[in-house]
Amino acid sequence: MYTFDYQRPTSVAGAKAAISGDARFLAGGQSLIQAMKLRLSSSERLVDLGGLNDLKTIKMEGANVVIGAMVTHAAVAASADVKRACPALAELAAGIADPMVRNMGTIGGSIANADPAACYPAGVVGLGATIHTNQRTIPADSFFTGLYETALQPGELITAVSFPPAQKAAYVKYKQPASRFALVGVFVSQGTGGVRVAVTGAKGSVFRATEIEAALTKSFTAEAAKAVTMPTTDINSDMHGTAQYRAAMISVMASRAVAAALAR
Amino acid sequence: MTDMSVPPMISPIGQPLRRREDQRFLTGAGQYTDDLVLPHQTYAAFLRSPYAHARIKSINLDAAKKAPGVVQIFTGTDLAEAKVGGLPCGWLIHSKDGSPMKEPAHPVLAQGKVRHVGDQVALVVAETLLQAKDAAELIEVDYEELPAVIDISKADGHAGSVHDEVANNVCYDWGHGNKDAVDAAFKTAAHVSTLDIVNNRLIPNAMEPRAANASYTKHDQSYTLYVANQNPHVERLLMCAFVLGLPESKVRVIAPDVGGGFGSKIFLYAEETALVWASKFVGRPIKWTSDRSEAFLTDAHGRDHVTKVELALDAKGMFLALRVKTIANMGAYLSTFASSVPTILYATLLSGQYKTPAIYAEVKAVFTNTAPVDAYRGAGRPEATYVVERIVEQAARDMKMDSAAIRRQNFVTEFPFASPVGLTYDTGNFGALLDKATDMADVAGFPARKAASEAKGKKRGLGYSCYIEACGLAPSNVAGALGARAGLFEAAEVRVHPTGTVTVFTGSHSHGQGHETVFAQVVAAKLGIPVENVEIVHGDTGRVPFGMGTYGSRSLSVGGTAIVKAVDKIIAKGKKIAAHLLEAADTDIEFENGVFKVAGTDKSVPFGSVSLTAYVPHNYPLDKLEPGLNENAFYDPTNFTYPSGTYICEVEVDPETGKVKIEQFVAVDDFGNIVNPMIVEGQVQGGIAQGLGQAMMEGAQYDVDSGQLLTGSYMDYAMPRASDIPNFTIGNCVTACTHNPLGVKGCGEAGAIGSPPAYINALTDALGVKEIAMPATVERVWRAANNIA
Repeated sequence: MYTFDYQRPTSVAGAKAAISGDARFLAGGQSLIQAMKLRLSSSERLVDLGGLNDLKTIKMEGANVVIGAMVTHAAVAASADVKRACPALAELAAGIADPMVRNMGTIGGSIANADPAACYPAGVVGLGATIHTNQRTIPADSFFTGLYETALQPGELITAVSFPPAQKAAYVKYKQPASRFALVGVFVSQGTGGVRVAVTGAKGSVFRATEIEAALTKSFTAEAAKAVTMPTTDINSDMHGTAQYRAAMISVMASRAVAAALAR
Repeated sequence: MTDMSVPPMISPIGQPLRRREDQRFLTGAGQYTDDLVLPHQTYAAFLRSPYAHARIKSINLDAAKKAPGVVQIFTGTDLAEAKVGGLPCGWLIHSKDGSPMKEPAHPVLAQGKVRHVGDQVALVVAETLLQAKDAAELIEVDYEELPAVIDISKADGHAGSVHDEVANNVCYDWGHGNKDAVDAAFKTAAHVSTLDIVNNRLIPNAMEPRAANASYTKHDQSYTLYVANQNPHVERLLMCAFVLGLPESKVRVIAPDVGGGFGSKIFLYAEETALVWASKFVGRPIKWTSDRSEAFLTDAHGRDHVTKVELALDAKGMFLALRVKTIANMGAYLSTFASSVPTILYATLLSGQYKTPAIYAEVKAVFTNTAPVDAYRGAGRPEATYVVERIVEQAARDMKMDSAAIRRQNFVTEFPFASPVGLTYDTGNFGALLDKATDMADVAGFPARKAASEAKGKKRGLGYSCYIEACGLAPSNVAGALGARAGLFEAAEVRVHPTGTVTVFTGSHSHGQGHETVFAQVVAAKLGIPVENVEIVHGDTGRVPFGMGTYGSRSLSVGGTAIVKAVDKIIAKGKKIAAHLLEAADTDIEFENGVFKVAGTDKSVPFGSVSLTAYVPHNYPLDKLEPGLNENAFYDPTNFTYPSGTYICEVEVDPETGKVKIEQFVAVDDFGNIVNPMIVEGQVQGGIAQGLGQAMMEGAQYDVDSGQLLTGSYMDYAMPRASDIPNFTIGNCVTACTHNPLGVKGCGEAGAIGSPPAYINALTDALGVKEIAMPATVERVWRAANNIA
């Protein structure tokens, strides 16, 4: 780790004011701190968002569940509101990494980091959520723009994520054996906006498997998902899975997610 | 004072006593090397090569030397000017043509060339660790990159040479066994089975990374090295005699609490050697603790063989001959015992549990631009067991014979058994192991379970592994004849204190094994005193007699025997003291349950009274006997010990994903007599988990072009976790070792040796394929299950 300055504002305005030059927001620190310890990342100053208590609440707004950006994975997993409004999301949060990470890591930090194998991006896109920032709202489909890249502007701070209700939803993660991140993770939902199938771990960024969405729109069954042969274009290929294997696993995990959603 | 007159009712031997060391380990009270901060401590960082193979054109230290907190920086040039030697290899292997193995220099800091990613180029000493790391980044090295030799199948004859003086990259080309007899048997064989197999490269991953803290004391010109190491005397001997030219009397090596080794902490490494040497110039203690990334790059790796094996059989499935050709990776340099692992510890085990009459093995060891490869839990014996148990399984399938039956009909059944590859098994009962395992695994019910799996669209398989290993390293004369450059005895000192409590100093070293409990059980049983009255001291050349340390499942059979022999001397002397106190002849004194008594009488004196008399010799035969009760013993075994076992693994494969579930894993071992069954079970469980890790998911991978380590962190190197491993069903049979007084064989490596072939045999059975490479990753299994090339 290289040396850095540290600030801990207590308001969104304070956080924004603290960001200038080579400064970064620090949420739960479960990715950034690791990278800093490995000297893969360095910043002049970290602006710790841990003092922003306004961002640590979960509330219902109509049928939508709105999760503050600084809510930990463990809190989402344990939330009665989330379990009632969207049990698939609570299960997704409960399955992220290990208890230490879940007790520190936050939803805002996770989606701002946009790790290509993280779970939350699949939930956000798979449910068609809306990302609230200190400047605007961003629909999930246009939030994740590439490998560790999002639509966020410099200094723009996520304040909350709003999830609409789904009639049926489930997330199935097929774990990479070393990191236990998603080798392929698929979030499937069926709601008023139609069917959504969001895939994490398989490309540079989370994406919607439109081929499977089309099949499930016709027939929301595990068999329909499994029958889809996913193209291998742009699919990741590495020692843990070739593009051919990952593509095949997208269909398999989608079918299992559909089965889980229907069984709920 | 503890009352020693009441002997324990039950011998502590055989009791599952809780490990006394766990209290400190589990409450954070352990004292590991990195816990130690010495007065005026400085911290070290090593600048390491980013290239697999490169010439060093120049090193510019100007900026680094000016960095804040820097105390001193050393490079290979400094060591060359000081005429510091290279790191030695402890075992000399001769090629088939009689020539000695190639031993290119293994410099402490790179000299002119770097030969693997992570090779150490400079040592930076600074006031803090961060300052040392910051300064290391300011060192400017001008490298000329060279072609990297990575693929071991192509190392011989590669355009590049890891060492200029070894143009073809071959360290040795060794042969063992009777080639003519094997060739003749193959000509007449009714059937020949063949397999091409890879024994995948592993990274040890001890929980505690390597660490060292070296200091020099001006007042007596002595050095002290704290180091995470499995054999501090060997470390000291190699470092003093072969590298630094220091008298051992001026160097103290302490290996305090050590958090796992698995072989990787046997070796003398460059880092601690550099620290000891530099500590005199720095004049302050220097500490280095490997971070996990460095551990991946620089700890000696394990395994890494490519093998072709052929088994000749007669028409009834009796083994006639075994032929094995192996290429073994040494990595960039010969690590301390690297040369012995794919030879002496490998080819000598190729008879397995079978009376195969003729065996011949050829092993070509090659240098590559990868981290050095050396002993890792099992060291050569897992590789041998994998070869034997995979080809035996293949032969059964080829000949359509039952997997258990073909093994059983070829088992060695008479002991002692002289194998055609140079070992003499003293005892065993392989049939009993197989019977018990077969029962415990309900092999009879397997067809019904397989049918049930198939009804769910799953594939089920069952695999055997009948292993034998040679442990209790080692008879020194045998080892010496085979090229060992050291003895392999063990030492012990038993110091009885006046009040009858006992301190045992052992040359064995515990880095997780539980010696402090087990050795205390042995001594307490022998002396008839409470286990709590026995303290075990190890890991300090300043306190314990010259010992050879812990590896090769040797601590109880060799180190424990040395302790028993020292205790026997204590008892013999105690009898003389008791005879004096009881006014009887020495020969009439019996010792039992902590009491010396005159045979056939009720006259007796407890152990504590004898020990007190030894140190307060007011009434004592001083004319015939020295006071005190303190004895040394050295023990050199007459043979290896031969633990054996049958492992049965049953798996269910999900063809949709390639995910494998281990439905059951049965392990029945023969470790001879067992002192602490709880600790033995723990060793078996840990060993099997490690072996399954190798079979299922672990595997070091280098980029074949650049030589970069692709599995350089836990993000990519897949360690098994509890959720990957089933509950094991563990049993045992006992045939006592015939040549040590405890009748023990050793249990530390068995699980890692026996489990990989059991898993792969089960998996290939489920998939109906001949071979699947380790690690059998989900994708490999998926491809095999779906016939996708």
